[in-house]
Amino acid sequence: MRKDGLHDPKSPAIKQLQEPREALSRLPPDTTGNMVRWVQALETGVIQPRPSLKPGVEAEILDRDILLDLKGSMPIILFPHKRHTQWLACANCHDGVFEKQTGATKMSMFQILAGEQCGICHGAVSFPLTECFRCHSVVRPGQVKPAIPPGLPRSHNLPGPP
Amino acid sequence: MLRRCGVVLAGLAALLSIFFIGVPDARAEYGDVVINNYSDASGMRPVVFPHLFHRIRFRCKVCHADIGFKFQAGGNEINMVKIIDGQFCGACHNGEIAWSVENCNLCHSAKPGTKTQVHESTIQKLAQPAAAAKKK
Repeated sequence: MRKDGLHDPKSPAIKQLQEPREALSRLPPDTTGNMVRWVQALETGVIQPRPSLKPGVEAEILDRDILLDLKGSMPIILFPHKRHTQWLACANCHDGVFEKQTGATKMSMFQILAGEQCGICHGAVSFPLTECFRCHSVVRPGQVKPAIPPGLPRSHNLPGPP
Repeated sequence: MLRRCGVVLAGLAALLSIFFIGVPDARAEYGDVVINNYSDASGMRPVVFPHLFHRIRFRCKVCHADIGFKFQAGGNEINMVKIIDGQFCGACHNGEIAWSVENCNLCHSAKPGTKTQVHESTIQKLAQPAAAAKKK
């Protein structure tokens, strides 16, 4: 924490705050971002984050996959509602960031890379935007999975997930 | 004999690589939010919000839907009056759910002068490739 570039090494908090390693190293490891597979951690019960401050409130899960970008040249995007509603409320995205109706919101990587739409979370807290094929995951018929363009920054120079 | 040397060398190389390359480690810095709307001006260290310690305990929606934090670093105009009033951080950091606001230094712990940011975000990395290259 002393050397993370953020914390003031002179701050009295350095001795009191928990080191990230101590809390996060027990969680399922990832190869990028902050090196934790959060969805897996939640689904396997390694962590049990509370869905509300009020007792007895359950998370509202919607188990519906959406396919996006049907006409583009990258593999099709599979958006799993389930994994998103495990963490978020419907109102976090609908209707503000995204319209409820599939295809009604015009999406672009330009906006996403500028920190809008998916980029509000992905690239900031959830897995980074350099992990192209975690979203562009459905290869079109007759298509070969394209290679990640060289020069994209990665947290660690490790091979991505298979 | 030659083959044995090769095996020993390979073993040594593997051992050394552990020291030099390092094992990838769970990191909290990615996603940490620095908030410096008023801190520097008030003579306090800026706030480091460790996003992922919070994610272990609460789902995103608790803060971003129920409590009402916008998804924008520095965009919530949080100040200590609001926190003591039970808004934002004060919804939990009230001595009941989590430790209370007397522990100034636990949040106000960044290097003075650190700008408001989402640390290590993709945008930060793509927007400052020159700075990133210098580090290497």
